[in-house]
Amino acid sequence: MNLFELTAHEAHEKLVKKEVSSVELTKALFDRIDKVEKDVRAYVTLDRENALAQAKKVDDLLAAGKAVPALAGVPGAIKDNISTLGLRTTCSSKILENFIPIYDAHVIANLRKDETIFLGKTNLDEFAMGSTTETSYFGASHNPWKLDCVPGGSSGGSAAAIAAGEAVWTLGSDTGGSIRQPASFCGCVGLKPTYGRVSRYGCVAFASSLDQIGPITRDVTDAALVLNTICGKDVHDATSLDVEVPDFTKALVADVKGMKIGLPKEYFSEGVDPKVKDCVMAAAKKFEEMGATIVDISLPHTEYAVTTYYIIAPAEASANLARFDGVRYGHRNMEAASAPEMTAISRTEGFGAEVRRRIMLGTYVLSSGYYDAYYNKAMQVRTLIRRDFEDAFKKVDVILTPTCPVTTFSYSDKMDPLSIYMLDVSTIPVNMAGLPGISVPCGFVDGKPVGLQLIGKVLDENSILRAAFTYEQATDFHKQFAPLGGNK
Amino acid sequence: MVTKEDVKYIAALSRLTVPENELEKFTEQFNQILDYADKLQKLDTKGIEPTANVLPVSNVFREDVALPGVSHEDALKNAPAEHNGGFKVPRVLE
Repeated sequence: MNLFELTAHEAHEKLVKKEVSSVELTKALFDRIDKVEKDVRAYVTLDRENALAQAKKVDDLLAAGKAVPALAGVPGAIKDNISTLGLRTTCSSKILENFIPIYDAHVIANLRKDETIFLGKTNLDEFAMGSTTETSYFGASHNPWKLDCVPGGSSGGSAAAIAAGEAVWTLGSDTGGSIRQPASFCGCVGLKPTYGRVSRYGCVAFASSLDQIGPITRDVTDAALVLNTICGKDVHDATSLDVEVPDFTKALVADVKGMKIGLPKEYFSEGVDPKVKDCVMAAAKKFEEMGATIVDISLPHTEYAVTTYYIIAPAEASANLARFDGVRYGHRNMEAASAPEMTAISRTEGFGAEVRRRIMLGTYVLSSGYYDAYYNKAMQVRTLIRRDFEDAFKKVDVILTPTCPVTTFSYSDKMDPLSIYMLDVSTIPVNMAGLPGISVPCGFVDGKPVGLQLIGKVLDENSILRAAFTYEQATDFHKQFAPLGGNK
Repeated sequence: MVTKEDVKYIAALSRLTVPENELEKFTEQFNQILDYADKLQKLDTKGIEPTANVLPVSNVFREDVALPGVSHEDALKNAPAEHNGGFKVPRVLE
């Protein structure tokens, strides 16, 4: 087996047993990156020097007989909208092309404490606004399963890096599906925690009431391990929850007997590719065979979720992105004659078309005369969506859906913004209600991975981890490696 | 229906400009998205509380003690232009 194919828990075991050193492992990852990165383009920035120095440090700790945490010496990669002290953080935008953070995000500080290794920063749709990585200022990433197809987005670089063997584990962020959808497109596991589980401090804000950081990994066990490190209350994020963080690996029990799994009819409607539907229905049958009870349910306001999202998320983004004014950091046009002109020109030059579109849409729906009709209305509909889930969870323990209605597709130059927005139809409602969700590989259609989504109650990551783990142990979709084929 | 003039005005509020060659397409896409957003109007939401934050968290307090902040040196590290230890900008007033 190649070192770059290891899961994080396998790598940890090999490190502890001294079958491999962290330096060897890290070098193996960089060798793999050197070999395939030209085709995959998962990364924006690599950090070889610091990664190898940290690997040496962990090898010294191990040589001294020290016990090390699960991710110590195991190389991972970070979505490039998460702040890393001293390491360029661009949000895949021209406006932050040369930005070097002066502090670590809370999750990064936690990961450093655990002596992990950062290989580099992964590509995303600019400011996480997109579902394909095509809005990245640095160009799109490619799907390792079919190089002429998109990896999904916005955390497409993180998912592509996992599928191509360019990282052992990664972090993404998820505002409307940006962890789960690329995980599904690239045949990985992706988990969005409950809103507030993980501090957003240092994650460049897109839509603050929806954003959440989470892992993209090779299997469910690795997702639980990363979660163990990144969760917890942080004084720098007032919305991070002061609740006990369980050891999520304790939820990894291969048993779903008696578990009630809801199938919401709205998520299996005509917009879903019939072959994707077949894969998810086969998974439902598998759960039933393993002792779970499948319950038909309804989430009646699902059809309004995408619309609601595309009012609320741009509204919050228009406020959050106001900080990019060309004054303190980021791109500045040096020819402007006055400060207001400098700000307008710098922003127009620095932001791509999709980001500008969303800022303007957000400005419009928040402007006087339209606030009630659009923004306030959307916030009310958000309540209805949340209540749908509350009612459903009176009857079931977890909810099973396709992660995305389709599999990966070739580059979407010709798609209009609305068609792209509709890709998030199954993932957006979960963010609207603040719930935890996980995507797990559940099959292939024409060689392209399909993902199923399990949605849990607030703070009940344990149930979705358990269901996902049970399913994973009974199947081998997650063990297959991407062929790096297709026209480049 | 949003016009090209409306789009220019919204751009100004957003501290952005829309290049003339993009204006037509931008306006068209804007209207397409807003038409779609009108879907919500058919839902009766009378008396429904808006949800701003999904979890019941409000007024998160901490002790009023000073914590280490950003140093002057760090704050200026990414400055596009600086002068006498401050951020330098073009003139603000005519």
